[in-house]
Amino acid sequence: MGDRMEGARRTSIRGSLLMARLVLSSPTGFAGAVIVAGLLILSLIGPVLAPYDPYKQDMSERLMPPSWEHPFGTDQLGRDILSRVLYGCRISLSIALLVVAISATIGLLLGLVSGYFGGLVDEALMRVTDLFFAFPRLILAMAVAAALGPSIINTMLAIATVSWPVYARLVRACVLQVRNETYIEAARAIGAGHVRILFRHVLPMVVHVVLVQATLDLGSIILLAAGLSFIGLGAPPPTPEWGLMVSEGRLYIRSQWWVSTFPGLAIMISALGFNMLGDALRDAFDVRLGR
Amino acid sequence: MSSPLLEVRDLIVHFYTREGVVKALDGVMLSVGRGEIVSLVGETGSGKTVTALSIMRLLDHNARIVRGEVLFEGRNLLQLSEEEMRRIRGREISMIFQEPKSALNPVLTVGFQLREALEAHGEEGEAALEKVLSMLRRVGLPDPERLVNRYPHELSGGMAQRVMIAMALLMRPKLLIADEPTSALDVTVQAQILELIQSLVREMNTSVLFITHDLGVAAEISDRIAVMYAGVVVEQGNVYDVFEEPLHPYTRGLLAAIPRPGRELMAIEGEVPSLLNPPSGCRFHPRCPAVMEVCKRVKPRLVEVEPGRLVACHLYGGE
Repeated sequence: MGDRMEGARRTSIRGSLLMARLVLSSPTGFAGAVIVAGLLILSLIGPVLAPYDPYKQDMSERLMPPSWEHPFGTDQLGRDILSRVLYGCRISLSIALLVVAISATIGLLLGLVSGYFGGLVDEALMRVTDLFFAFPRLILAMAVAAALGPSIINTMLAIATVSWPVYARLVRACVLQVRNETYIEAARAIGAGHVRILFRHVLPMVVHVVLVQATLDLGSIILLAAGLSFIGLGAPPPTPEWGLMVSEGRLYIRSQWWVSTFPGLAIMISALGFNMLGDALRDAFDVRLGR
Repeated sequence: MSSPLLEVRDLIVHFYTREGVVKALDGVMLSVGRGEIVSLVGETGSGKTVTALSIMRLLDHNARIVRGEVLFEGRNLLQLSEEEMRRIRGREISMIFQEPKSALNPVLTVGFQLREALEAHGEEGEAALEKVLSMLRRVGLPDPERLVNRYPHELSGGMAQRVMIAMALLMRPKLLIADEPTSALDVTVQAQILELIQSLVREMNTSVLFITHDLGVAAEISDRIAVMYAGVVVEQGNVYDVFEEPLHPYTRGLLAAIPRPGRELMAIEGEVPSLLNPPSGCRFHPRCPAVMEVCKRVKPRLVEVEPGRLVACHLYGGE
């Protein structure tokens, strides 16, 4: 049996390689992949690269413009901005990845159940998601974050709370299509139960939708987390969180532009990277699924 | 004939749609004996597939079984719990479909899906795999060891249908429901598949309910034949009798509508009625050449006019 299973594994590896080639062959996909890979590497080794302690204050060095010593300059407390941006990478990325993991899982499960079983459960769940869609995501996240109090964990909870409905909706729509396929009927006709059908037959058909949405979402979650920190509802000072850093620098934006600009650029580049990768991923799935 | 393997009694099924209630089945009567191949023939929309799905209890949410019984070895399937029914599907009764390629999940390998038919009933591991391989050999597929690692899109329609037949017969079910299994295939492949089904079920002593709109195929494969029209079985009997001497006016019309060289093609007048608002009395009466006054008012019952020969028509006494 071993080498037969090996064969199946090889086929799926071939599929993944094909996907990777499709993504990398588009210019935006390539750029997105480079940025995302860069961010991942930086979030791993950023603290090693950082020339200074991101929390160390030096009032004699405050608000220094970019120089060889401080490539991104220093902030109002004399902290090295490059070091803070590098440390911030890990924070932003872990917020984004964790939130996406949580909200995509919740949304996926609810969407599967809702779309597959339909009926009252579906109706109830979809009205709940309607409720969420009735408000802008940031406003809702602000409300939840304000209720929970400022901390990184609470920021993640707040964003996850408002992020899962998108996944539930997407997955449900996809399940509705898959549910009426003959192979689902055929699976039931051989005596497969609902759980087996949901996880073995339906899930593989919807997982790509979740993957694309999650990649696109990573960018907007980084923005959302930064937004919450910016208005003081996210990470508390002195966390080297990008949004918070932009916020702290806004008093000096006219004279000491570098304080807000570099963390702002970091936010922009990472959001852009995830969006480009997500778009390319979607195109690649469309090609592969022959749409 | 002792008590049949499957007996459908007075089955009424309605679909609730936006346009109204579709009265899809209106008292279907049908029986399949042990080891017997029964064809269910009729036009598209006459309720053949709905009958099959009712037996399997696989109807959509918007369908309601209003009345009737589906007796399988004396047990009424309509009263079983969902879990009891699940254990019957695939093990006691299995089904093959019209479009074999869409009946296989495109992202799972053939072997995975075949093993699943066994896993769903608790058979796993090396023994299950061996069983899958030997079944693939029996349905005439070469090189099963390589085939199990293939994906459905790599198969031809005929191969896919062979895989489906293998899957359906893995658990040696007592009844196989074949819903137009050859309609989507090339004529040459069609003949091979028919032959395969015929020889396999004879070997395994499996009964077959064979659904088709093709009278030629029905004549080829079946022992008995049941003719459906607008949600009703109008005639049932031995395949030779029905073809030699059709009793119901609809069956006669149907047989006359088979093109033959040197004979003018006869069409049945009128159209298939809408089941949203079916005709009163006998559902065939607006198109029937032998219509009588009673046909418009009273629905004829399916009565046995000779042993094993049933017809639902006022022409043949009854009430």
